Amino acid sequence: MAFEIPKQTYSGAIRSVTIGKGAKAITLGGETSYPFYLFEGEMANIPKIAMEVWDTDPGEEWADPCKEPFKDVLADPVAWAKKCVNDYGAQALALILVSTDPNGDNAPAEKAAATAKKVLEAVDVPIIVYGTGNVEKDAEVLPAVAEACQGANLVLGPVQDKNYKKIGAACLGYNHSVAANTPIDVNLAKQLNILLGQLGVKDNTILVDPTTGGLGYGMEYTYSVMERDRMAALTQEDEKLQSPIINYMSQEVWKVKECKQTNEEAPQLGDQTKRGILMEAVTAVSLLLAGADLLIMRHPEAVKLANTIISELAS
Amino acid sequence: MALTGIAIFKMLPKTNCKECGFPTCLAFAMALASGKAELAKCPYVSEEAKEQLAEASAPPIRPVKLGPKDAVKTIGGETVMFRHEKTFFNPTLIAGLLTTAMSDAEVSAKLDTFMKMQFERVGLNLRPEMFAIQDVDGDAGKFAALVKKVMEGSDALIMLCSDKPEILKAGAEVAKDRRPILYAATAANADAMGALAKELDLPLVAKADGYDALAELTTKLTGMGLKDLLLDSGARKLKQVFQDNIVFRRAALVPKFRPFGFPVVNCVAEMTNDPMLQTVYAATCIAKYGGIVVLSDLQPDSVFPLLLQRLNIYTDPQKPMIVTQGIYPLNNPDENSLIAVTTNFALTYFIVSGEIEGCKVPTWLLIKDTEGLSVMTAWAAGKFSGDDVGMFVKKSGITEKAKTRSLIIPGYAAAISGDLEEELPDWKILIGPREASHIPAFLKSL
Repeated sequence: MAFEIPKQTYSGAIRSVTIGKGAKAITLGGETSYPFYLFEGEMANIPKIAMEVWDTDPGEEWADPCKEPFKDVLADPVAWAKKCVNDYGAQALALILVSTDPNGDNAPAEKAAATAKKVLEAVDVPIIVYGTGNVEKDAEVLPAVAEACQGANLVLGPVQDKNYKKIGAACLGYNHSVAANTPIDVNLAKQLNILLGQLGVKDNTILVDPTTGGLGYGMEYTYSVMERDRMAALTQEDEKLQSPIINYMSQEVWKVKECKQTNEEAPQLGDQTKRGILMEAVTAVSLLLAGADLLIMRHPEAVKLANTIISELAS
Repeated sequence: MALTGIAIFKMLPKTNCKECGFPTCLAFAMALASGKAELAKCPYVSEEAKEQLAEASAPPIRPVKLGPKDAVKTIGGETVMFRHEKTFFNPTLIAGLLTTAMSDAEVSAKLDTFMKMQFERVGLNLRPEMFAIQDVDGDAGKFAALVKKVMEGSDALIMLCSDKPEILKAGAEVAKDRRPILYAATAANADAMGALAKELDLPLVAKADGYDALAELTTKLTGMGLKDLLLDSGARKLKQVFQDNIVFRRAALVPKFRPFGFPVVNCVAEMTNDPMLQTVYAATCIAKYGGIVVLSDLQPDSVFPLLLQRLNIYTDPQKPMIVTQGIYPLNNPDENSLIAVTTNFALTYFIVSGEIEGCKVPTWLLIKDTEGLSVMTAWAAGKFSGDDVGMFVKKSGITEKAKTRSLIIPGYAAAISGDLEEELPDWKILIGPREASHIPAFLKSL
């Protein structure tokens, strides 16, 4: 008797969320099976990668291998954004408003919003705009960005349970999507989606940001929470968890010691550039297999490797 | 599916002789069903019942033991599809490739790299553990010599690869102390390979293209009395490898399809020549059910990320990861360096130590046992109180290592600073940031 693949039955599907405007807008989600389980379901839209752009020169914050591909544009977010799209074929961008950090430069909201607008006007791909995670400051900055970029259908985040009203309302008013961020917990993710829903934010404008742990630094917590999210969404029809997932992973990967150590500091770990690229790419693969729909990544070579895996698994 | 107590009861003698230590056969059957007793306790059970019960209680995926007696490694033995459902038990083995076409110097260099590739991390030694040794020209003497070199120059586990049983035999005799895996039996050589594996009592990889052919092959081999088998579906394209790994795991667990109840070998070395791409292929196999991944070359820049990923995926999610209480020197601190304290929840430790290491400020990090609770929960549960932390700091021995008398406490535990000042009158208590990401700026400001 011929062997038959024992198949999982799925009762739910991941919602489709479209971000950006015009010809380069992208649609996320639409899966009807576990990630890449294409022998028993579909992935209407393959996962996408947004390349990270900072609104301020990362300086010492970034390891050298990450600065190298962008060394001529690090001080100019517009040129940096263009380079990601024109030279590296980025399908989306993630503008991180690091300058607004109250523990850092503490730049005013209007200035950050003006930068976001300039970047938006310079490229045609969808843009994710992230604040620094500071609850109060993000609640000033992100609504200002929403207003300045009215109608562009950005993704604004991280939206947290303590500032969802202000940022959610701004997204609603100026037509953007939200990245709803909770600290590695299925129930909290669901709860925030419910709160956003009560505010009037439509389900098809919500992405879930489950908080991402670095490789070797808690990545497994994120991995399992994402798998549980997917299980609830696809097999238990938990509608409030059927949102596509976004991971801001690059910052977590590259800030760890093993990515920052140079060849002189850690010869036993091999080449710093290769190691860093692979730390980022291996993290990306892990998150993709756990259910990521949109990854924020940094190094062009790591992006390329992740895209290869996506296209081979989804082909 | 495991048998119920009633089903087991039907197979017992039903004499209530009490020799098993239970008052009745039914009580014994119930204990068996829940895994609290062993069948061997019953002196009167029939051979037939023994076999049936052994079959029913056998793990769905065969745990295959490798390596020397004093350092046995197991692959397989998994019981779930997702790690949060219980845990994954036996981490994917990471193997490098050696062939008889390589020069002596090349092999020596690879063995040397392998032996040096060991990384310390929270009390664990992370390293790759295996070599696949491949015969490329059918020369048994050359093959045995290469195996001997690996035995002498490393402590690696070994997989012997050839399509000729006599070649494998020559290698197996040299490597027998480490219980090498034989690769591979195919439809064409199954009789001879099966007989060899049986004679030497070694694990054997069954390799066939397609599910039906592979199931037929493993059924034939188990029919020859072999128990320790591994699977290779022959797929060398990522999409098919991924699907096969999932199908084997699921078929073995859910309908308990015995022909696929074995660990899987993934030869990513044969999927691409690009070492970077091989690494991400290997990452796919580590996350999704590979028992062994074979890479063409083991280099630290590619192996290290895989070791971290494997550590993450195979960490037991049932128990909070805990770091041992004590003093952790970060960035080579000396007697004038800063001192900070936090809880022993591993995620707290990783994030805090990661931030401190990232900003390169020499610091003594004191980790207090809070039974794996994070800062806020530990404080709320009274396991990170001023008295407690004060006592811990006094007994920790930090005063012998550092002259500084300033203690940085987590921002979320700011409330304990008053009690702590009373407990540690000679110390200045500094309240650190609430979020770990603000630690670098804070330390640099001191």
